[in-house]
Amino acid sequence: MTTIDQAPAVVAPKKEKSRAWRKMKRNKSALVGCGIVFFFAILAIAAPLLPIPDPIATSWTAIRKAPSAAHWLGTDDLGRDILSRMIWGAQASLMAGVFSVVIAVGIGVPFGLVSGYFGGWVDMVISRITEALLAMPFLIMAIALAAFLGPSLTNAMIAIGLSAMPIFVRLTRGQVLAVKTEDYVEGARSVGLNHFEIMTRYILPNVFAPIIVQATLTIATAIIAEASLSFLGLGQQPPSPSWGSMLNVAKNFLTQAPWMAMWPGIAIFLVVIGFNMLGDGLRDALDPREA
Amino acid sequence: MSQAPVLSVKNLTTSFLVDGEWKSVVRDVSFDVFPGETVAIVGESGSGKSVTSLSCMRLLAPGSSRIEGKILLNGRDLLALSEKEMRAVRGNEESMIFQEPMTSLNPIFTIGRQISEVLTRHKGLSKQEARAETVRLLEKVRIPNAGARFDDYPHQFSGGMRQRVMIAMALASKPKLLIADEPTTALDVTIQGQILDLIKVLQEEEGMSVLFITHDMGVVAEIADRTIVMYRGEAVESGPTEEIFHHGKHPYTRALLSAVPKLGSMQDRKWPTRFAVVDMKTGEAPEPQEVAGTVASGKTPVLSVKNLVTRFAVRSGLFSRQTGSVHAVENISFDLHQGETLSLVGESGCGKSTTGRSIMRLIEPTGGEVALDGYDVLKLDSVGLRNMRKSVQMIFQDPFSSLNPRMTVGAAISEPFIKHKLGSAKDAKEKTADLLRKVGLSPDMARRYPHEFSGGQRQRIAIARALSLNPKVIVADESVSALDVSIKAQVCNLLLDLQESLNLAFLFISHDMAVVERVSHRVAVMYLGEIVEIGPRAAVFDNPQHAYTKKLMAAVPVPDPARRGIRRGISNDELKSPVRPMGFVPPKREYREVSEGHLVQVG
Repeated sequence: MTTIDQAPAVVAPKKEKSRAWRKMKRNKSALVGCGIVFFFAILAIAAPLLPIPDPIATSWTAIRKAPSAAHWLGTDDLGRDILSRMIWGAQASLMAGVFSVVIAVGIGVPFGLVSGYFGGWVDMVISRITEALLAMPFLIMAIALAAFLGPSLTNAMIAIGLSAMPIFVRLTRGQVLAVKTEDYVEGARSVGLNHFEIMTRYILPNVFAPIIVQATLTIATAIIAEASLSFLGLGQQPPSPSWGSMLNVAKNFLTQAPWMAMWPGIAIFLVVIGFNMLGDGLRDALDPREA
Repeated sequence: MSQAPVLSVKNLTTSFLVDGEWKSVVRDVSFDVFPGETVAIVGESGSGKSVTSLSCMRLLAPGSSRIEGKILLNGRDLLALSEKEMRAVRGNEESMIFQEPMTSLNPIFTIGRQISEVLTRHKGLSKQEARAETVRLLEKVRIPNAGARFDDYPHQFSGGMRQRVMIAMALASKPKLLIADEPTTALDVTIQGQILDLIKVLQEEEGMSVLFITHDMGVVAEIADRTIVMYRGEAVESGPTEEIFHHGKHPYTRALLSAVPKLGSMQDRKWPTRFAVVDMKTGEAPEPQEVAGTVASGKTPVLSVKNLVTRFAVRSGLFSRQTGSVHAVENISFDLHQGETLSLVGESGCGKSTTGRSIMRLIEPTGGEVALDGYDVLKLDSVGLRNMRKSVQMIFQDPFSSLNPRMTVGAAISEPFIKHKLGSAKDAKEKTADLLRKVGLSPDMARRYPHEFSGGQRQRIAIARALSLNPKVIVADESVSALDVSIKAQVCNLLLDLQESLNLAFLFISHDMAVVERVSHRVAVMYLGEIVEIGPRAAVFDNPQHAYTKKLMAAVPVPDPARRGIRRGISNDELKSPVRPMGFVPPKREYREVSEGHLVQVG
């Protein structure tokens, strides 16, 4: 959402923006991805304005009702309107996905950059810590961190972000090692640029493509991780909805009320695909080498 | 030649599918290769010469390429064969050797296994027989101690030795035709000489035909009976090599030939001389211009290097203890005056690039003194070092990796200017436009990205960037080596122009003796990290004293077909390694003065 809107402006200088946008417009799958992401983003933002029932209002007369004119997507085990919960849940899920990735990228990429660029003992320390973190399963670490920080959506996002971070450290470091040997990096040194300028202007832009792709994939993982945390009571706090928590409840009623699981499942699927296509498109659009 | 040709190519047109459209890369090319004959296809990058050779092997991806015409190998049309039949032809009736010996062998199998596989597959030999035959082949390509090296892996061989292994593999099935695609381009010049000799000798022994693809007119003159000149996908001229060299008709042929630097062409000239640029339409060449005397020899040198030493630690073992060091640069001294070009020549691993980088402190030298434009370079702190960078700039070898692909050309050129606060943003813009004009490009190219330019244009951009700080010294590290001959000539001319107008001093690092002869005032020959001979260009080239200098010059292929018969006498000399054990004390070197300023290492 916010990050996606800003991404082209942050990465690309002024003149390139139009070029990147032009290329983006020609890329059909990127546009579809963009459309999907925007659709859900707008739904999430507009949730308070839409004429939908209260997502936490229970109704004992409408428990586990199949989709109908009154409840377009049906109702859940407590008689709450699924459409309404889906729309409100989009807020929690998209936030969980996007913000945890922002945290992961924001911390992981600088560390990876420093580690790969300077090498030596700096690299040793960062790499060993990263490996130690990677040795722990992603979800276990997220649960441990979330439990430590206390149950809330914000803490869940921080926990997921920190757990996803080591992947970005390692990915960035590997890319930096490859780019570092290019002549233009030595050229930058010979012109008299300092380390910070070389890292931000010469190395970061050239290692960004795989990071963007990894980030869009991680958004998907993060949405699902939030679902798992919610299930354990560490994510979105009930009765507030998130797609993940809805899915977790729904699995108890798969045979009686399949629609309860279907809609959040479809939504997660669509958002993940959307982010992936958008990420692919962004990567190509931001690369000046591709026409 | 009354015999039937081994390879007969008729109206070959090869196209590639690009964005849904067929684009022809080779158009209507026809030629024959007769038994025992060497035919060279010569051309610059993008001329379609490699695609022609790959078409003859049918090695292009079938979906995205289309080959039309006829390719007859011993009378059989290769284009009519199925892929399975073609596999029996490849490596059997026709073999190919490639440019890059470092990557064309599979690193996880022993070389013996890789060669004997060809024999067991195509010739149906038993394992025992294949092993014996492989050893015989390795001996044939003059690999010392062949029997013992059967079980060695590719990484245990040097580049030249790997190319020999590749040749042995190609010869394994006694092909009628050997296709050699730039087989010596990646090799050092003395090794190149060995490989060319080897190919000639083997051709006589085996009686095979060779189709030799190259961009190097010197190599063509030395090896080819007949030559085909390709330009933009078409064979513009073909004929006996002497005819092409002495009576080339097509303007392109003449332009190509006049752009080729010839060793020994500078004998009666005093100053560096520009290359003659031939008009591509008329084929006429103006008299090449000398560069006016630019050297300020009386004054203090702008760069003075004394006893420079750079070593790299070699570490091994569990605790990565230092077990030795690479003596990359060992006790070298020289001066460079304003407006002068000093060339450092030598083969790979001789320390010439390390010298350039040590002077700029892109690599930290181990010892010595470097005085550059008033700076005591080796004692500078990081701020001083950054200021020093205004005085010396570098141009790299590979124009494809020396520019940041994410930065516009304008930003790249103005960046050093802005960084060192030499003026306002407006000044930077003007400076960029001015520099682009100076290097022969148009100012409105500043908005474009590096990938939109050709190699030669990129090298011009790199030069413009290096000039944006008004440096006094430019370290040109193999700056023209990766360029096509005609582009190379233009970029050399540009460097000479700039030297004349801006009074620049060049430290010109190169392995290409012919270019060095053309552009330099003084020459230093490096071998294993040391300068073995240094002196005025004419003195070093006309009267080489050190054995290595002589060997280096003898190895350079001269673009003169009259020299085709020459054999250098195949030696298996390899470049020695400058790795020394711990505690190694380099011997003290003495220099003998041959004539004024011409010094030769003794002993």
